Amino acid sequence: MNDYNVINKRAPRLDAPDKASGRAKYIDDMTMPGMLYGALLQSPIAHAAIKNIDTEKARKLPGVKAVLTAADVGLVHYGVSPARYDETVFCHDKVRYVGDEVAAVAATDLETAMEAVALIKVDYEELPAVFTMEEALAEGAPLVQERYPGNLCAEVHQEFGNVEEGLRQSDLVRTDVFVNKRQDGAFLEPQGCIADFNRNGFLTLYSSTQVPHYVMRNIAMVLGIPIGKARVVKPYVGGGFGPKAGTNTMELASCFLSKKTGRPVKMNYSREQVFLFSRARHQFRHKLTTGIKKDGTIMALINECHLEGGAYASFGIATVYYAGSLLAAPYKLSNMKYDGYRVYTNRPACGAQRGHGGVAARAAWEQQLDIMAHELGMDPVEFRLKNSMQAGYITCNEFNTSSFGMRECIEAVAGVSGWKDKKGKMPRGKGIGIATGFFVSGAGYPIYRSDTPHSTVIIKLSEDGGTAHLLTGSADIGQGSDTAMAMIAAETLGIGLDSIRVSSGDTEFGVDLGAYSSRQTLMTGHATKQAAEDVKRQVLEVVAEKLKVPASDMDVKSGVVTFKGKEPDFSLLRGSYIKEHRGFTDNPGEQGPLQFREAARIAFLARGSIVGTGKYKPGDLGGSFKGATVGTSPAYGPSAQVVEVTVDMETGQIKVDKMTDAHDCGLAINVTSVEGQMQGSLSMGLGEALFEEVKFDAKGRILNPNFAEYKIPTALDMPNVECIIVESNEPNGPYGAKEVGEGAIMPTIPAILNAVYDATGIRVWELPLTPERVHKAIKDLEKKKE
Amino acid sequence: MKRLIKTTINGKAFELAVSPNQTLADLLRYELGLTGTKKGCEIGECGSCTVILDGRPVNSCLVLAVRADGSSITTIEGIETDSGMHPIQKAFVEKGAIQCGFCSPGMILSAKALLDKIPSPDEEQIRTAISGNLCRCTGYQKIVEAIASAAHTGVKNE
Repeated sequence: MNDYNVINKRAPRLDAPDKASGRAKYIDDMTMPGMLYGALLQSPIAHAAIKNIDTEKARKLPGVKAVLTAADVGLVHYGVSPARYDETVFCHDKVRYVGDEVAAVAATDLETAMEAVALIKVDYEELPAVFTMEEALAEGAPLVQERYPGNLCAEVHQEFGNVEEGLRQSDLVRTDVFVNKRQDGAFLEPQGCIADFNRNGFLTLYSSTQVPHYVMRNIAMVLGIPIGKARVVKPYVGGGFGPKAGTNTMELASCFLSKKTGRPVKMNYSREQVFLFSRARHQFRHKLTTGIKKDGTIMALINECHLEGGAYASFGIATVYYAGSLLAAPYKLSNMKYDGYRVYTNRPACGAQRGHGGVAARAAWEQQLDIMAHELGMDPVEFRLKNSMQAGYITCNEFNTSSFGMRECIEAVAGVSGWKDKKGKMPRGKGIGIATGFFVSGAGYPIYRSDTPHSTVIIKLSEDGGTAHLLTGSADIGQGSDTAMAMIAAETLGIGLDSIRVSSGDTEFGVDLGAYSSRQTLMTGHATKQAAEDVKRQVLEVVAEKLKVPASDMDVKSGVVTFKGKEPDFSLLRGSYIKEHRGFTDNPGEQGPLQFREAARIAFLARGSIVGTGKYKPGDLGGSFKGATVGTSPAYGPSAQVVEVTVDMETGQIKVDKMTDAHDCGLAINVTSVEGQMQGSLSMGLGEALFEEVKFDAKGRILNPNFAEYKIPTALDMPNVECIIVESNEPNGPYGAKEVGEGAIMPTIPAILNAVYDATGIRVWELPLTPERVHKAIKDLEKKKE
Repeated sequence: MKRLIKTTINGKAFELAVSPNQTLADLLRYELGLTGTKKGCEIGECGSCTVILDGRPVNSCLVLAVRADGSSITTIEGIETDSGMHPIQKAFVEKGAIQCGFCSPGMILSAKALLDKIPSPDEEQIRTAISGNLCRCTGYQKIVEAIASAAHTGVKNE
């Protein structure tokens, strides 16, 4: 047990009352005087040359204030990774997918803007298109991006150890091919933004984003203005899960429209446009060859992966690296070879989604390993325990695991789920499966090469000393980071959570790389802790001067200044505080210990505003080979799950009955929020395993850009999750804390796959597990047995 | 041509001129500033815009504003009492049922419509009642717990 007062407990979220009462303002809830409404013209054709764009009729429509095309905004290339800046705000020579943006309009109301968009006439000359990886990689295939021959957006070739030797020493070698489907982020709030380019040349963009900092850099770069004149503010955001971690076209278009019109411009995606913009999970095809010794020791892995990436790179370079690097753990593995290829196609661009790059790889390998364990006659739990890494293990691709409660997680889920009594003992049609996984606790390096701190935090005390105002550029997109930061600040300052106010998601508050790669608890948490320590130090320094007590003999606990030795006489200080606050109802009494707010007031009087600052940047991490940065992190969060399913042997319908999840988050800052991340991760994994697939017609148009036909789990699909929090006390984390937001999704799909096997005897290598697919696999197995 | 409708929203009588193609969701959000009603899909599939219309939870994006003539509507802004948040709202806050919060107003109103009819629902009834309200963040568990807890509290209060 520890003696924390605030962290490592359950706290109601700071933002919950506003969200429960409808007061919380999301982007579409905001309005500004004189605000215009923008709309985008998007291509109806998957691949076509643009011969001419005629905007005359649109410009003449009453109420239209601006119409912009590439001719107006220029062709500055941008994107996520500077190595693949392959997007421009608008297409100029050709369109690359159905939905590619050609022009934008601002008008006095949305209907007029949309009418104007319909009046823009574009002459397209249709070009042959490539929709699948096979088509894109075929000899002589038309190119999506002329700069990238063979439609290869990025390729990776890595070998660690010696796989040939590893396979030679193996007693069992197996090759399987696994394929998942394109996912959609399916966050409930569609992206939206309001750009306000004021008359003094300062641009403020309010946007539903996960990454204010990166968006600020992109809008400054593309608009050609200094970074100091561009500000990005994130209001409340209705979920992100990855797709909101890059700049979207509306963000740039609205800035240009506002610059042109001198008025604020609001733009929103419809739900269909959310699907068109996509930037969600790729389709991955993994070919895995694994070698194992008779005793279960994993000897070698050859991983060949193709990713269907769509028309632009987005996060894809990181994705193709992650699809290899994230198999180096959580099992001890000395020999690993990876060949990855991200392929351009004439479809919406894929990007990052919860468990970035590793979810399909994990599903593929955990199912393959499960098969091999069964073939060796080993219990899947025993097999995993035998191979699990422990803290201190350095992977073949040089991930250093300073804490790693993998074994504890496996043992916990096996125990709590009653694995021993159930595995192999359930009736036909019912089954149990286990899988593991892990994720990084923040990318070790920024997306652009830089020595920037990953997070800076400011904590400012109010003049009366009663409130600590925490200012951070970090992005709470629903995961609860604001509350976690407030808890860390309160714990560090030694004051109550109700004395902390958080303002976040604004680039004016400092640098924070934002909500991606499960980084904020560890990284923003460090900067928050340091800023709070700085504030406390300054306050105690002044008290030390006034009371002639060494600062080192003082501390702050539960809002009260504590003294190591005899309590000094502070009655004069208290007297002046009370005198200053005549008429206030919350004055301290004449008796009682010295309160922090009194001490902070004294500090304010002596020094002016008390402002503490903190920053965090990981040390040099990881290897020096090409791509070593992707997957490198100060800490790693392992996860294990046991899933129980019922499969209808006649229809192939799967019902997930029960899920048991254990996750090592180092130390839970807010226990309730940690559980929330675990449950939410499992829900998204269940959706991908059972239902989710973005489907296209032969022309590259999305067939199901809506929640009726793109199914995500409802309250009737998702079972209750038994959550077990494992705390390994991460040395590199603030108070020992590390990630939970993404590691928890890693085992979900394979645990379901392995449970379906236990129930039916089938192994399915293509997601999602639709009734047709499962039914066919059951029938095929029956035929084989006959 | 706009049409005049009479409707009661959160207990207050309104006479409003509405366009024939205007949805109730847009009327609430953009004309009356009741932005607690969210729009996640605008085609009745996500439940974020749920309001209570004459005692029944409806997707306000699928209801034309003219259809609200003569009806009584409750939005998330209308369920607080003099003593503060409604017990369901309180339970959502306390149980950690809120993450991004975008589904919360609709979810809370679906829960309210349920508890108004069935004060002590079982888990299946709760899950069925909110099955038209999508949530991508929570996996629904803490939402179900919050509704069950609010039902329990409500029973105790009576």
